[in-house]
Amino acid sequence: MKKSRIIMILGALLPLMLFVFPLWNITLEAPQYPTPLGMDIYINDFADANPHDIKNINLMNHYVGMKYIPDAIPEFKIFPAGVIITTILGLLIAFKANYKWYLYWFILMVVLSSAGLYDFYLWEHDYGYDLDPKAIMKFTNPDGSVMGFQPPLFGTKDILNFRAHSYPQLGAIFMGLGMALSFIAFFVGKKGK
Amino acid sequence: MKKISYSILTLLGLAMVFTSCNQQGKSASNGALSSNAAEKVYVAPGEHDEFYAFMSGGFSGQLAVYGLPSGRLFKVIPVFSQDAEKAYGYNEETKPMLNTSFGFVPWDDAHHPDISQTNGELDGRYVFINGNNTPRIAKIDLTTFETTEIIEIPNTAGNHSSSYVTDNTEYVVAGTRFSIPVPQRDMPINEYKGNFKGALSFISVDPEDGGMDIKFQVLMPGFDYDKAHPGRGKSHGWFFFTTYNTEEANSLLEVNASQNDKDFIAAVNWKKIEEYVNNGGGTIMPTNYAHNVYDEHTQSATSTMMKEVLMVNPSEVPGAIYFLPTPKSPHGCDVDPTGEYIVGSGKLSANVTVHSFTKMLDAIENKKFAGDAYGIPILNFEDVLAGSVEQPGLGPLHTEFDNKGNAYTSFFISSEIVKWKLGTWEVVDRQPSYYSIGHLMIPGGNSQKPFGKYVVGMNKITKDRYLPTGPEVTQSAQLYDISGDKMELLLDFPTVGEPHYAAGIPADLIKPNSKKIYNLSENKHKYATTSDADARVERNGKEVHIYMTTIRSHFNPDNIEGVKVGDKVYFHVTNLEQDYDVPHGISMIGANTSELLIMPGQTESFVWEPKRVGVWPFYCTDFCSALHQEMQGYIRVSPADSDIDLSWSLGE
Repeated sequence: MKKSRIIMILGALLPLMLFVFPLWNITLEAPQYPTPLGMDIYINDFADANPHDIKNINLMNHYVGMKYIPDAIPEFKIFPAGVIITTILGLLIAFKANYKWYLYWFILMVVLSSAGLYDFYLWEHDYGYDLDPKAIMKFTNPDGSVMGFQPPLFGTKDILNFRAHSYPQLGAIFMGLGMALSFIAFFVGKKGK
Repeated sequence: MKKISYSILTLLGLAMVFTSCNQQGKSASNGALSSNAAEKVYVAPGEHDEFYAFMSGGFSGQLAVYGLPSGRLFKVIPVFSQDAEKAYGYNEETKPMLNTSFGFVPWDDAHHPDISQTNGELDGRYVFINGNNTPRIAKIDLTTFETTEIIEIPNTAGNHSSSYVTDNTEYVVAGTRFSIPVPQRDMPINEYKGNFKGALSFISVDPEDGGMDIKFQVLMPGFDYDKAHPGRGKSHGWFFFTTYNTEEANSLLEVNASQNDKDFIAAVNWKKIEEYVNNGGGTIMPTNYAHNVYDEHTQSATSTMMKEVLMVNPSEVPGAIYFLPTPKSPHGCDVDPTGEYIVGSGKLSANVTVHSFTKMLDAIENKKFAGDAYGIPILNFEDVLAGSVEQPGLGPLHTEFDNKGNAYTSFFISSEIVKWKLGTWEVVDRQPSYYSIGHLMIPGGNSQKPFGKYVVGMNKITKDRYLPTGPEVTQSAQLYDISGDKMELLLDFPTVGEPHYAAGIPADLIKPNSKKIYNLSENKHKYATTSDADARVERNGKEVHIYMTTIRSHFNPDNIEGVKVGDKVYFHVTNLEQDYDVPHGISMIGANTSELLIMPGQTESFVWEPKRVGVWPFYCTDFCSALHQEMQGYIRVSPADSDIDLSWSLGE
């Protein structure tokens, strides 16, 4: 079998690790939390980093009127389906199509994961800004606008007494690796031509 | 002239240089010394101590938890006394813990904590401690640091030679200090001699769940059984008890019990008696004692009255018990880590007597008896003596051991700790105590594996060591570094109640097992309310049960109407928090009881009997959150004959 094909197969399979490892993690640090509060985001679940973390994040956040982190969101159905479909597609391409299709698969994956990230951003924004008007504590920015509590999409940000970290996890890394492999497969295939 | 004055000036100058040098040198070395001691006990903010020390609260009836080397107090665990701070003995869940055959006894005199062992080494699962006055043995679970079991000891009075554990925690032993008529009966006191008896109780500990059960009692002659220690290693299977008042006096014991030149250490082969009992030996004797168990799932205690105990008479098991003559009313009874040496501190003797386990077995083998007491063979003093520490001090009480073959004995009268060598019996160091030390403790110092870094002295007299607080001054302990050849006093620290014995253990053996919260999903309390949807109020005749939840920062329900004067209102409050260190408290105006202090995931109950019509508030007593002050509610109390229905709400 051609080298490029093998690389493409591997690349198409790696995103399946999203069913094992979390996609993203949000961690909240504060002096009163020597063990930080954390939430692992899987493609089909929100999970406690340590037992009861989500319950405790909800308890904290209700003071400023943030909604409870939902048990389930529609994405938990769409994302797994998306991963399975793109994997099957990738495998079909690997076995049946020529190397140019590797690049198309790669582009498809870039588009889909960007859409996923944008969706994540929208949820975060809603979570951070759509506050209960009867919130116990209301904060305003220096310009008088209502302060939002949106966690960062990527990186670290101070929100009141918390320092919020938001970073991709193993699942996302495996997916990125798979995408990179498809890209490499394209070049390897092109060279072999 | 000029020359002379110059030289005088020079001399003066030199002298000044020398003096100032000297002074500087002195103060510098003093400073270095004291800062050295300070550094040794300094535990920086946020850092943890190296050892836990569980120190008996004496007549406070409690057990206090300290860190070593800092001497900082972490928790007072309520054991035998009611504690309004934690609602122990006040709330409905723990009231049964203090039940006895005499009814509810809300106090005791707590003496000798001992940590459970496996293979003669500390395992950090439980601490056992004895209640001296109304004889009881308690077990504290070291995952929760709560008292989870108390067993009353029948046929016993002054439960003092207690609560020491054998190498594998097969037994916790409880011995009677006062001999009494067994069974109790109406008889003249002066007919003590020959009629009073002393019971030694062997309480088995279930290896799985730690459940205690009095396996058997041994009915000994009417002496005072003062202290006890299990055999270790080679002497595992034996238990040793010091005795005094072998004169069997019943009055003015300070004179009449100090006449015999030698009293005894009783050596009890418990394995032999256990075998006898397992084969159906012993006599079932009717009695009455309480066995109180706190169930971690129902979070409630139950008290069961036990009606019989298995009694063994020494004459039934020949060869199981021997007396080792020991000079002058021995108090401390301590066995070294190898199990070979049994140290008996004759508190009125000038010497510390050490018996040899090997020589004891040899004397028994060769039947070298000097006589008998009530049928129990007495061995010859010379035959069992390993050696004695000559004139080490005055008033020897207790001995602990390090891991380098040294023993440390406390001297009450000469107020000091004396370090001596096992085997050569030579005194190698002594350090004063301030003042009049009783027990002393080396972490693991009564096990096969001592951690010989520190010794803690527990003093009987404090006087001027701290800022005065009126006639009653603090109780006190002192920490010495024993890692070098010479002991070094590092620290004085105040203690709760009169500390008798203590038990120390490396923190790493306990810290990882310490529970952070109770899982709500495992809460099996009869009146638990594990979700807000189930919060409610129910009436059953004159009884009103409030199923209340609490979470930052409200009670649910917080408005209740329909309660009437003459009702008996039960608050059953469940803390729905599942976060570390977020307890909630609750207290009701006019309730004739304490507050509740409820840990995350826990349910506790108290009773309130409203006596006056009105609207009465309750509130959270533990500063739980930024909105703690808002955590409050009202109950409307209507006249007894009113027909207002029960109603409850939150946020309406």
